[in-house]
Amino acid sequence: MAMEAFTAHTGRAVPLRRSNVDTDQIIPAHWLKKVTRDGFEDGLFEAWRKDPQFVLNRPEREGATVLVAGPDFGTGSSREHAVWALQNYGFKAVISSRFADIFRGNSLKNGLLTVVLDQKTVDALWDLVEADPTAEITVDLEDRQVRAGSITADFELDENARWRLLNGLDDISITLQNEPSIAAYEAARPSFKPSTVQV
Amino acid sequence: MGRTLAEKVWDDHVVRRAEGEPDLLFIDLHLLHEVTSPQAFDGLRKSGRQVRRLDLTIATEDHNTPTLDIDKPIADPVSRVQLETLRKNCADFGVRLHPLGDVEQGVVHVVGPQLGLTQPGTTVVCGDSHTSTHGAFGALAFGIGTSQVEHVLATQTLPMAPPKTMAITVEGELPADVTAKDLILAIIAKIGTGGGQGYVLEYRGSAIEKLSMEARMTICNMSIEAGARAGMIAPDKTTFDYLQGRAHAPQGEDWDAAVAYWQTLRTDDDAVFDAEVVIDAAELAPFVTWGTNPGQGAPLSANVPDPASYEDASERFAAEKALEYMGLAAGQPLREIKVDTVFVGSCTNGRIEDLRAAAALMDGRKVASGVRMLIVPGSVRVALQAIEEGLDKVFTAAGAEWRHAGCSMCLGMNPDQLAPGERSASTSNRNFEGRQGKGGRTHLVSPQVAAATAVLGHLAAPADLSDVPTLVEA
Repeated sequence: MAMEAFTAHTGRAVPLRRSNVDTDQIIPAHWLKKVTRDGFEDGLFEAWRKDPQFVLNRPEREGATVLVAGPDFGTGSSREHAVWALQNYGFKAVISSRFADIFRGNSLKNGLLTVVLDQKTVDALWDLVEADPTAEITVDLEDRQVRAGSITADFELDENARWRLLNGLDDISITLQNEPSIAAYEAARPSFKPSTVQV
Repeated sequence: MGRTLAEKVWDDHVVRRAEGEPDLLFIDLHLLHEVTSPQAFDGLRKSGRQVRRLDLTIATEDHNTPTLDIDKPIADPVSRVQLETLRKNCADFGVRLHPLGDVEQGVVHVVGPQLGLTQPGTTVVCGDSHTSTHGAFGALAFGIGTSQVEHVLATQTLPMAPPKTMAITVEGELPADVTAKDLILAIIAKIGTGGGQGYVLEYRGSAIEKLSMEARMTICNMSIEAGARAGMIAPDKTTFDYLQGRAHAPQGEDWDAAVAYWQTLRTDDDAVFDAEVVIDAAELAPFVTWGTNPGQGAPLSANVPDPASYEDASERFAAEKALEYMGLAAGQPLREIKVDTVFVGSCTNGRIEDLRAAAALMDGRKVASGVRMLIVPGSVRVALQAIEEGLDKVFTAAGAEWRHAGCSMCLGMNPDQLAPGERSASTSNRNFEGRQGKGGRTHLVSPQVAAATAVLGHLAAPADLSDVPTLVEA
């Protein structure tokens, strides 16, 4: 599946002051029965959204597109539905000091930019957007930089992932350009390797 | 310089390596289930692609399947559509499927090993984070997302950046009643839910070498709960003995060639890990979780911790939130926590040795009044073996419910769920908020602790049963 290209995005933010937000919180399992990639927005943080005081429910956060989360965001299950739920709701980028590996991989494959900043910067962003809900955060992939108010922070993203995001490239097409390498590898595999052909 | 086990298996699967790009890795085995595959098959259809290697792909139904009345149509229409979608996708693309009702059906991570498909030195992927289970065989096994499922279906490869390696060395003897589950819960409590992030963990040392294959699977299964990309254990005679004679294990000359290769899959003496953790097995005790992530655990003999005791503000806040959700007070003895439900099953602890261990403690005893106990075998094969050994009768005589194979209450996608506020002792892998049902409260335990807890009605160790005599047979 080709994804949407990401160059830079500017939007208001939701401060989520919680650590270890697992993918069961992002999208509970009963939503995983769906067989599509869309329609998950109402399942996003479903349990917490029952509380009118939950930050996502606050009127001043309506239309926000950048999630500023605590450490270890996206732990647990490999469900890509967590990324789809965030995107379906309208988020374009998530900032955290640490993401779970599988969640991060899934996000970058869908064009949801996950940005790793140190916790001090995340704290500063939280303070900024809590004090002023209209404050905007710019996540600039071309310059690999986050800018908001007086905060400017560079972030790292490997060059290959950045190139794919900037161009919205389809991973499978890129891989299939290596067809001769795959075929050569297959031809050299030992015969003792497992096969699922029914015995 | 020498290489670690993970590096050896990785290197043997590199299809293409180029400066500034992730390695392109060949995938030996792709396991599919109903939840994370429908959108991947859709993607194939939209781009007119086929499954590249049907002979390296296999599917089963587990997450969404009921554990009661499996001969009747599935009551939940949304679940039914998802299972029907998998059946249609497998039929359309030609993928081997073991659906509900088939003798090889079960939790995907129980099915792969029991068929002999999971082998040392292979790369295994599945759209499920507990794919790390297969690392118990010395395989490099990753949980992947649906986009990657589509990628593997189409190309039988994945672009991936090489991981860092961490040794978790466990030396000595595990004390009586301390199981692989207690060990892995203690490891996660020690390194934290993010401690393994970016690493492949290699469990090693004398305590690991003594473990059975099933115990090793329990350990590797929960590597993801420490945030690791995978967990591995070097293959040895225990591994080879487990595999020999299984349906998809190599035969004849292939077996000899395979074993010769498998014996090379050990971390070299001069290899260097990026990180190392050492654990003394003798210091371990039955371990349970008190919070809402698998790192929030403590020995059963301890008390619920005081959030104020955490120096780190975010950990303190997490502990406060966890106690509030779990309905627990700081300082409360863990042993006094009463449960409503006990769940024995899952890809962590749903294999035959787990059922035997629980049954041995339940034999001649009764589930405490007001407690519901569900026994859900990890696969149909496990269930049949348990029935042959009479374990189902032991459980039902004790007042437990004997169910059909599947993921069941581990994630509560099917009707097996906790009601809001209900508390479970569960042999599964995640105690997240709402994981086993909206508002449900989960304590992760070993099968032995689950059995003792079911009998006594509160979190308990097998030793606590010494005061509960077994009924004398007439």
